[in-house]
Amino acid sequence: MSEAGDRDRSTPESSSPVDDPAGVEPSEFASLDDPHLQPAARNPERMEKVIAASFVIGIIGFAGLGAAYWQNAQPDLMGLCLAVGLVAMGFGVAAWGKYLMPPGPFVEERHSLAGTLQEQESFEAAALGRGQLVIARRGFLGKLLGACAAIFATVAAFPLLRSLGPLPGKSLDTTSWRRGSKVVTADGRPVKATDLEVGGLLTVFPEGHEGSATAQTVLIRVASAPVVTMPGRETWSPQGYLAFSKICTHAGCPVGLYEEQSQQLLCPCHQSLFDVLDGAVPVFGPAPRPLPQLPLMIDSAGYLRAQSGFNQPVGPGFWERS
Amino acid sequence: MSEQASPGEGTVTNGSTGPTKATRSLRWLDERLGVAHGGRKLLDKIFPDHWSFMLGEIALYSFIVLVITGTFLTLYFIPSAKEIVYHGSYAPLRGQKVSEAYASTVHISLSVRFGLLMRQMHHWAADVFVAAIAVHMCRIFFTGGFRKPRELNWAVGVTLLTLAIVNGFIGYSLPDDLISGTGIRIAYSIVLSIPVVGTYLAFLLFGGKFPGNGVIIPRFYIIHILIIPVIIAILIGIHLALLIRHKHTQFRGKGRREDNVVGSPLWPTFAAKTTGFFLMTTGVLAFLGAFFQINPIWQFGPYKPYKISYAVQPDWYMGWLDGAMRIMPSWEFTGLGHTIPFEVFLPAVVLPGLTFLMFYLWPFVEARVTHDYLDHHLLDRPRDRPKRTAVGAAVLAFYFVLFGASATDVLANYLHISLNLVLWSFRFLVFLVPVVVGLITYRVCVEMAATPGAGKQKRANIVERSASGAYTTRPADAHPGDELGEELEPAEVPERVG
Repeated sequence: MSEAGDRDRSTPESSSPVDDPAGVEPSEFASLDDPHLQPAARNPERMEKVIAASFVIGIIGFAGLGAAYWQNAQPDLMGLCLAVGLVAMGFGVAAWGKYLMPPGPFVEERHSLAGTLQEQESFEAAALGRGQLVIARRGFLGKLLGACAAIFATVAAFPLLRSLGPLPGKSLDTTSWRRGSKVVTADGRPVKATDLEVGGLLTVFPEGHEGSATAQTVLIRVASAPVVTMPGRETWSPQGYLAFSKICTHAGCPVGLYEEQSQQLLCPCHQSLFDVLDGAVPVFGPAPRPLPQLPLMIDSAGYLRAQSGFNQPVGPGFWERS
Repeated sequence: MSEQASPGEGTVTNGSTGPTKATRSLRWLDERLGVAHGGRKLLDKIFPDHWSFMLGEIALYSFIVLVITGTFLTLYFIPSAKEIVYHGSYAPLRGQKVSEAYASTVHISLSVRFGLLMRQMHHWAADVFVAAIAVHMCRIFFTGGFRKPRELNWAVGVTLLTLAIVNGFIGYSLPDDLISGTGIRIAYSIVLSIPVVGTYLAFLLFGGKFPGNGVIIPRFYIIHILIIPVIIAILIGIHLALLIRHKHTQFRGKGRREDNVVGSPLWPTFAAKTTGFFLMTTGVLAFLGAFFQINPIWQFGPYKPYKISYAVQPDWYMGWLDGAMRIMPSWEFTGLGHTIPFEVFLPAVVLPGLTFLMFYLWPFVEARVTHDYLDHHLLDRPRDRPKRTAVGAAVLAFYFVLFGASATDVLANYLHISLNLVLWSFRFLVFLVPVVVGLITYRVCVEMAATPGAGKQKRANIVERSASGAYTTRPADAHPGDELGEELEPAEVPERVG
């Protein structure tokens, strides 16, 4: 199993002596007194008792496990019995090996892995030479075979890989927020302009897409009058309601923590911090971009609605994002 | 034991004594499989004794525990993202909409007898598996065990480490709880960050826009329980076959040379020691599973894409990546109609890519630098190679600092300092600490190498104070029996004992 049979091992000498060529060494019988076979333990009798004791503990542990299982005991009691049984049994076996079995040290020769130069050349001739010969004679066939295999590999990639999912297209650029989408909570309840006190916060969705991973939006009431986060967003925050995508622009975690005093949103995954009043621009941490803002309006019945979708793709960056 | 088995083997051949049943079975097998020649060699195989050679065994035995406990879990786990209303035994969740994957994991934990223990043992075994591989790899590195002719086995080991980390992540993502769902979301963003092909890769791997139409859990499941474990099992087979082919390395010592190997024979001494060690490793994992709660997903709640919990952290072996993502500046590139999210791509794709590339290439780089292309079967002590040891320590320090950076928020809370200060400290420490650690390690190695016998002293010193106040040192008396500890000259495994 290890190296090639170049090792000169003595054959079993007990085979008929007639077959033996002259000069074979007599079999190597080690005496039981050989120090290499003596137990490593200083006091083998005592060690035997220790090992016996650990096997007894193992028996108790496993029996206890059976009893604990039968009685439907707490998992930690079953685990304790299992652990005690295994460790005790394992300790006994290992100690038996380490202290009572022939400790040696014994030695084994090590041989170079590489073959002789002749063997190497012979192998190379067979492995490479024959192949080259075949190709040289039938080069055209070789090229055809190559083309055949290449086409197979290409075509096979489609059922194996292409079928795994839809192509991205433009689907990352938009969410299910549309012009006029009603703002609802996770359980589908529409949000009225009177629902939140100043300082209040809700996670909201476009109606019909409750719980959506991509349309999730954090709704914060920062004042009772409109707030302008950035130039051009004068009409986006009726009655002080601000709405931002809840997906962190860093790695996509929900920006779940709101500090009311500093009016900042914190992503608990990698600690990006966004300044709500300035249009959720990142002020700390690895997030590169502001959270996209959702323009809001209030309909005649007093419910919050979206003026349009988000002003830019939500979530972390990707190659096609312009 | 060999003493008992040997007389039988020795006497059957001449037919004068009736062969025993066991002997007849071996003979039967040999006549059909030809096991006698190779089998004898295998039983005589020598395994050197050193505590550090057991680290790889811990990894191997953790894997066996993973397969056994994991098989148990597959009997109850339902790999489905289908939403159902929870009606199980855990009252706080009743009436909530959860996935079947989550509900079945709660069921395993709280209702299946022995289930929680198996789940926790499985999770602990995974953490220990990766840890044991990492420490085993450090042992190989610092003792030069990767040198010719073992470069390929080193590469197999690096691949095993990669697969263990990936499968660990996929495994703890399966229960579909709040924390693991967040982990998948981050993994999705990481794939998305790859320039040019990232979006396509993410859509194909995860089945579309996050959270992927419910295909993530079934896909992760088949990867976790079949594809990667089979590859790991095959690679472990290759790893061990190469170990047998190369024969084990050994430290310098009495009678130990480049062209031999000294230790205990496989049968029975090493077999007993390693079997015992397997049982003890399993026992320790059972103890951890019994008393140290891990991943109590019923407390975290089911994954909802818009929910998040505070102080989110992955399993320990992902910590360095999480830390790197936290301290990376927000360097997104936008222009020419495209975006490259370097703030994710560099720490989460390029860093691990370079890390494992560096691991794969190290044996070849070191041979090139040192012009050492010879076979090495005797191991170095780390101090004998101050430069290698210093580089290794510095690289380890780098990953330790990144690991620490995955706790920026916890540290800021605990130390009552601003998150800003913690973040900037780590941005500097991640470059400073490796340099300092490397220099100190180099110095220590050089000093130790210059002191013959440093670290070898086994006998205590007694310091005596004289009446005038002067101190003198003398070696303590030898411990009774120490003089017997003089090691024997290694001997060939005897052909027979009798």
